[in-house]
Amino acid sequence: MDKRLSNLASEAAPFMARDRGRHPPAYAPGYKSTILRAPREALVSFESTLSEKTGPAFGHNIIGALDNDLIRNFAKPGEAAIGERIIVHGRVLDENGRPVPDVLVEYWQANAGGRYRHKREGYLAPLDPNFGGFGRSLTDSEGRYWFRTIRPGAYPWPNGVNDWRPAHIHFSVFGSGFAQRLITQMYFEGDPMIPQCPIVRTIADPAAVAQLVAALDMANAVPMDCRAYKFDIVLRGRRSTFFENRPEGN
Amino acid sequence: MVQHLDRLRETPSQTAGPYVHIGLTPNVCGITGVTPEDLGARMVADGVRGERITIRGRVLDGAGRPVNDCIVEIWQADAAGLYNSPAEHRGRADPNFAGWGRCAADEEGAFVFETVKPGRVPGPNGTTMAPHVSFWIVARGINIGLHTRMYFSDEEAANRDDPVLRRVVPARVPTLIGRREGDTVHFDIHLQGDGETVFFDV
Ligand SMILES: [Fe+3]
Repeated sequence: MDKRLSNLASEAAPFMARDRGRHPPAYAPGYKSTILRAPREALVSFESTLSEKTGPAFGHNIIGALDNDLIRNFAKPGEAAIGERIIVHGRVLDENGRPVPDVLVEYWQANAGGRYRHKREGYLAPLDPNFGGFGRSLTDSEGRYWFRTIRPGAYPWPNGVNDWRPAHIHFSVFGSGFAQRLITQMYFEGDPMIPQCPIVRTIADPAAVAQLVAALDMANAVPMDCRAYKFDIVLRGRRSTFFENRPEGN
Repeated sequence: MVQHLDRLRETPSQTAGPYVHIGLTPNVCGITGVTPEDLGARMVADGVRGERITIRGRVLDGAGRPVNDCIVEIWQADAAGLYNSPAEHRGRADPNFAGWGRCAADEEGAFVFETVKPGRVPGPNGTTMAPHVSFWIVARGINIGLHTRMYFSDEEAANRDDPVLRRVVPARVPTLIGRREGDTVHFDIHLQGDGETVFFDV
């Protein structure tokens, strides 16, 4: 079939331009760490080439049996992480609404007391000896991922005198092209700390913030065991290639 | 009224934060036993085709201080110019070359990748791109991952014709050129200020 006549956004098609207004700007002085780390020159824009339309793929062989169970994957045998037990699940979709199958989703978080297992972390809340805080999944053929964990605690951080992060889980997502590479954070429905957070506030559009708040999903809770939250992630979509960009006469 | 475009919106980015290593390089920060080896730690396997090189560099902030908590990922073609990706439809890339690497910067903000020199890859409108490696940098204080590219100092003629480098004002092109010294290519990334690296919106 002549690809120029195809109305399908094939895996090799270029990506739709990123809507930068939906993302936080690089320079956001309310979040002080951006001040010396934000590029000040304009980004140089160009339509994705093969180098951005392609991206790495990972096989199911890299995923261990407990990779998506943070309650148990760092715990001593027979023990479990302390905290409110939850399931987090959702789909990875693209802007065309299509599921993105077989892509790697990595997630990390603080423990129930708001403490990370990291050498630079100095918050006085104790470590949980049975909680590492890391997990990963590959999406299935319908773009779904799921994992089990404990609800992370809020924690204070050095920005303002009394700034706290709302409870959150960090996500890293691969797509089918390197241009889709995304890191974001998931917040929890009903948390009054969300609108106070300087990192959340780097995003100007309230609808964009809402897209980061996972919904409590009692229909998928496990009775007498754990509640569930649903968090869908949308990656950039590829545009349809109705007509290739070619000079007339070629 | 008007029809809906039926389009979803991309999930907004948020900073990777200071503890990104827990999620992306857990073994580096002592979370061992969950996964045997951090992803992206090895790009080449025995029998890889092409010229072996080492890419070394540092990531520096606007005050010239090392960004010692960043993660750097790279993505590149194999020696023949093919990507090891399901979205590569021109042929099969070298099975002994992953094309993708990930490195947590050390206290000096330094990263290192053992890789091969990439071949040339077609660009838009019949052009050919000079050999290059795509970079993506995330860290505390970086609200959305930064994309850039490293080209090679020993490819002057190809660089002159590269369709991406031609979009960059000439005075800033040197920020995208890795300096070749034997088998090592040196490439520092300046997030801000003097010699600020060119970053891309791709
Ligand atoms: Fe965090």
